[in-house]
Amino acid sequence: MDAIKTEGLTKYYGKVRGIEGIDLTVGQGDFFGFIGPNGAGKSTTIRTLLGLIRPSGGRAQIFGLDIARDRKRILERVGYLPSEAAFYPGMRVREVLELSAGLRRQDCRKTAGELCQRLQLDTTRKVEELSLGNRKKTAIVCALQHEPELLILDEPTSGLDPLMQKEFFEILRERNRKGTTIFLSSHVLSEIQHNCTRAAMIREGRILASGSLEELSRRGVKRIRLRGSVNTEALSGVQDLRFSAEGAEFLYAGEMKELLGALAAGEVQDLSITEPDLEEVFLHYYEIL
Amino acid sequence: MRYYEKMSIFRHELRQGRSALAIWTFSIAVLMGICVFLFPEMKGEMDAVGDLFSSMGGFTAAFGMDRLNIGTLTGFYSVECGSILGLGGALFAALLGVSSLSKEERGKTAEFLLTHPVTRKRILTEKLAAVLAQIAVMNLILLVSSLAFIKLVGEKIPWKEILLIHGACFLLGLELAGICFGISAFLRRSGTGIGMGLAVMLYFLNLIANMTEHAGFLKYITPFGYCEGADILEKGGLDAGLVTIGMLLAAAGVVVAYCKYGSKEIR
Repeated sequence: MDAIKTEGLTKYYGKVRGIEGIDLTVGQGDFFGFIGPNGAGKSTTIRTLLGLIRPSGGRAQIFGLDIARDRKRILERVGYLPSEAAFYPGMRVREVLELSAGLRRQDCRKTAGELCQRLQLDTTRKVEELSLGNRKKTAIVCALQHEPELLILDEPTSGLDPLMQKEFFEILRERNRKGTTIFLSSHVLSEIQHNCTRAAMIREGRILASGSLEELSRRGVKRIRLRGSVNTEALSGVQDLRFSAEGAEFLYAGEMKELLGALAAGEVQDLSITEPDLEEVFLHYYEIL
Repeated sequence: MRYYEKMSIFRHELRQGRSALAIWTFSIAVLMGICVFLFPEMKGEMDAVGDLFSSMGGFTAAFGMDRLNIGTLTGFYSVECGSILGLGGALFAALLGVSSLSKEERGKTAEFLLTHPVTRKRILTEKLAAVLAQIAVMNLILLVSSLAFIKLVGEKIPWKEILLIHGACFLLGLELAGICFGISAFLRRSGTGIGMGLAVMLYFLNLIANMTEHAGFLKYITPFGYCEGADILEKGGLDAGLVTIGMLLAAAGVVVAYCKYGSKEIR
């Protein structure tokens, strides 16, 4: 059974497109990255999965449970970290954590204590006195303290300093090793690249590509670096073309035969053809499609 | 002992609202206390003052003073304290009801609450229970403090009249809270203006209804109609018809809230 499965999931706000025809499969135990620029539909997808908004079309299941009918049962097994955490004014961090545990009817004191220690979170502070980073840490403990089977994280590292980001991802990797499925939404490609095993790219409400990170990197796009000169004008599928004193480099997604022909016709002293990193793939999809 | 609390939303609402409840209750109690403590001094001058109050035409009728003897504790209490209790309690109940659901979206805490495994029905029920509990606590404290004030100025407590006036004001609070709870389910921003505006408008509708017979039908609309001290003292009870209409409106507000909030999109 998949942790998350959507089929044609669509959400329109009136006539405004939110997401359209999202097909997504996240297996149990996956560390899944969900990449896309701002406004691509990442948060809309997450909010639909969590039942905050109703889909205009399609369907979605979490652990085989329907998001519309079984919302409560799904949320018992899910921890959610919003991109912007908001808490009730006047409360102390400890009270927020207790409220969250109380709403789940679970005793989470032990895990909450461990997480607060690792994230260096002072639970006696009032929430309105917290910095952005400490608000984020509070939200992280709320999302993790009940040890959910599925973690849905929306831009989780905004506001966290690099040391805390490192500790946070260490916690996530530990949880993942224990079997927790992690769905990480981010526009920071390095976060996805360094932590996820599978990913999907979303742009303008549609999924552009989905698969393992290796598969995504291999999708026909190559990074070409050459010393010398070559006529790229005749080539289709050239992106991110940059010339230097010694030569040129570009991303190439066209026919290999055409590329080889162009290289043979040019004056090439040295050549390297490599797999692009995820960021380059993402930019490729972002710009071409 | 269990770590987590049962009815956690209910308890949370009470904790969040305790300062506002304390301030409103204290303020209304102080104002009512001032009025009650003024009574013994005014009682001796009531022959002259009473004539003055009963000869101000529409103003006199608006507050029911044409049918009351404000030289008596019950007459004085129903006009002076009744107004403070009615308007103050109505404003508090309206604000409580109208902010109950809307504050979650205004403060962006709806996302926190609704991503926990709680049904929207449970949220509504516990929030409604918290609203009713706060109104009940306020009214109970105001009743006890008023009885204490009357005792302190050496007057005999007119139990029946006092209980009827306070009971009517409690029902007024319930009605406004119920209606405003329904309105709250539609709001995404602060409903303070709507709540206060509604309470004040309904208060003035009752004044208008008192001033002219042509506007008497307004008594069926405004809950201040069944809180009118002159009517309560004249009849020795509450107008069951008006109270029934009021409670039906409150129930309608609650039903609307359940219907709307159950499927509301949280953006």
